[in-house]
Amino acid sequence: MTDLSTPDIATTNIEMKVVPDLIETEQRIGLRSIDSTAVFAVVGAAFGAMAFVWLLFTQFTAAGTNIGMFIVWYLVFISMIWVIGREQYDPVRARDLVARVVFWSAGLIIVVPMIAIATYTIAKGVTALTPNFFFQDQSRVGPLSPARVGGASQAIVGTLEQVAIAAIISVPLGILVAIYLNEVGGRLARVVRTIVDAMSAIPSIVAGLFIFASFILAFGGQLSGLAAGLALAVLMLPTVTRTTEVVLRLVPGGLREAGLALGATEWSTTRHVVLPTARSGIVTAVILGVARVIGETAPLLLTTLGAVSMNWSPFEGKQSALPLYVYRLFQLPQEVAIQRAWTGALVLLILVFVLFVTARIIGGRGPGHISRFRRARLAREGLA
Amino acid sequence: MTTIEHEVLDLNNPAPELPPSSSLTARGVSAWFGDHKVLERVDLDMPAGEVTALIGPSGCGKSTFLRILNRMHELVPSATLSGTIALDGDDIYRGDIPVTEMRRRIGMVFQKPNPFPAMTVSENVIAGLKLSGVKATKSDRRDLVESCLQRAGLWNEVKNRLGAAGGALSGGQQQRLCIARALAVKPSVLLMDEPCSALDPTSTRRIEETIAEIAHEVTIVIVTHNMQQAHRVSNTAAFFLAGEGEPGHIVESGDTETLFTNPADSRTLDYVNGRFG
Repeated sequence: MTDLSTPDIATTNIEMKVVPDLIETEQRIGLRSIDSTAVFAVVGAAFGAMAFVWLLFTQFTAAGTNIGMFIVWYLVFISMIWVIGREQYDPVRARDLVARVVFWSAGLIIVVPMIAIATYTIAKGVTALTPNFFFQDQSRVGPLSPARVGGASQAIVGTLEQVAIAAIISVPLGILVAIYLNEVGGRLARVVRTIVDAMSAIPSIVAGLFIFASFILAFGGQLSGLAAGLALAVLMLPTVTRTTEVVLRLVPGGLREAGLALGATEWSTTRHVVLPTARSGIVTAVILGVARVIGETAPLLLTTLGAVSMNWSPFEGKQSALPLYVYRLFQLPQEVAIQRAWTGALVLLILVFVLFVTARIIGGRGPGHISRFRRARLAREGLA
Repeated sequence: MTTIEHEVLDLNNPAPELPPSSSLTARGVSAWFGDHKVLERVDLDMPAGEVTALIGPSGCGKSTFLRILNRMHELVPSATLSGTIALDGDDIYRGDIPVTEMRRRIGMVFQKPNPFPAMTVSENVIAGLKLSGVKATKSDRRDLVESCLQRAGLWNEVKNRLGAAGGALSGGQQQRLCIARALAVKPSVLLMDEPCSALDPTSTRRIEETIAEIAHEVTIVIVTHNMQQAHRVSNTAAFFLAGEGEPGHIVESGDTETLFTNPADSRTLDYVNGRFG
């Protein structure tokens, strides 16, 4: 038999010419073949349960078709798999099959609404999605203007600026607090951790009220993008802090010891060893923080109110934001306004998607990934 | 051989001139974690330019003793100690030299290879400079990378992969990279805490060769569970033992050959011959 793992090319070729089927006699074992019994059990149970539920709801009783039908169908489906599993295998394998099906369906149940929300928003919003939606504001939009007139540029700019302000404040602060909690520690750290946890439970309207009462009423600030950014920062801070803390905790202690054993100070070890190792996790923390606030409407109602025309400055005057834009337009009676609101929601989804993909590309790779830019710099220094 | 003067990291003159190795002396060292005493009045001389092996069963305080030698013991919040450790006569705990400087002079290699995953092979070697904020010219850094990898016996294997991530190397290579990283800050003592326990026999042999090559320029203190290894690499050895519920202490220490062939204490003889532990 020819040993294919160490092919001697000359002999292999000769043998292939002389007895070609000698090579083909190697039969690979199907390690990943599907257990057809289980597949038949699941498919059969699904159809059987459907038939049973149909009979039960329409023929035997007058319940009619409703959501309860689906729940009963699922329970019957699982029970049938259990019974078939017991008949075909044994109770242990039957339990395994049931568990497998339950987890599969949990995964499906999570995916279905996500796809439904996205496709529904795209379907509803895409008709009014024209280039001018990104470049025009609403100042020339009258009550009878068609959906393609005007746009939401003032809301897009507002959202970007307000979220940027929130991120500028809460990302550095959150990372610093996380470093304090994890790298410095001590008795006070437990108190700080509890407070941060409590902060994450603040209802967003309360965050808005807090900024309204402090920044605007007490310190004389105005309703502006800045005020909105501050309110969002209050909401973003606990998410960034706690997520960063978790990823810093995942950095092996041996790396810190290695840094200290080289004669480094604790700060230097944190700066040059711990943070770079946790980089992709910290990017995730920032993404989660942005995701937490980008769709917030309630705090904006109290801090920036919204605007129909473009206001580039977040420091002076009211600003719009995409969630506010959507919220306001949904309240209007005109069909066109509802149409525009859907498009606003779609743009918000697109914005989130673009931000996340960008963040992943910039900083999301694992610590062992050496970027092309860095490799080139090292090569110039003769170190790569 | 031993001098009181230390050469502080001189980067204008990196590779050729090595700092003189130093002697370490422990006198009456006891250690506690909270109220639990783990080490009882340990006296040990670790002569300059030699390899000292610390042997003994698990939980007898060898690693604790090793970590006391470069002040890593105090990183555990509840840890305390008494006694003196002197580096060429200077008390490392009571002297004027800051702890970071002391750790630079007394380097350490850990049980588990721990290269910095976010750094390349070459960056790992010169990490000590970056971490202590030492500026160095490009050519100095390049020379330092090459000389340290040469001394750790890794240069030929990685010279074309200097830009790869530290974690991309094999386990044995990672451990030698850690040795190179420790050597790059020019320590006069190198502590090794079971450096081969996670490695295969071939990698272990390479590390032992490295130890033999660098021993004349750096004082080495190595903790090992491998009797043959202790016998092969060390000049001096110390046998630690902890009784039931008692702190660890040194049963016997001295010349390795004597300790292994003709020990004074019967427990040492039993241990080195593998009859317990």
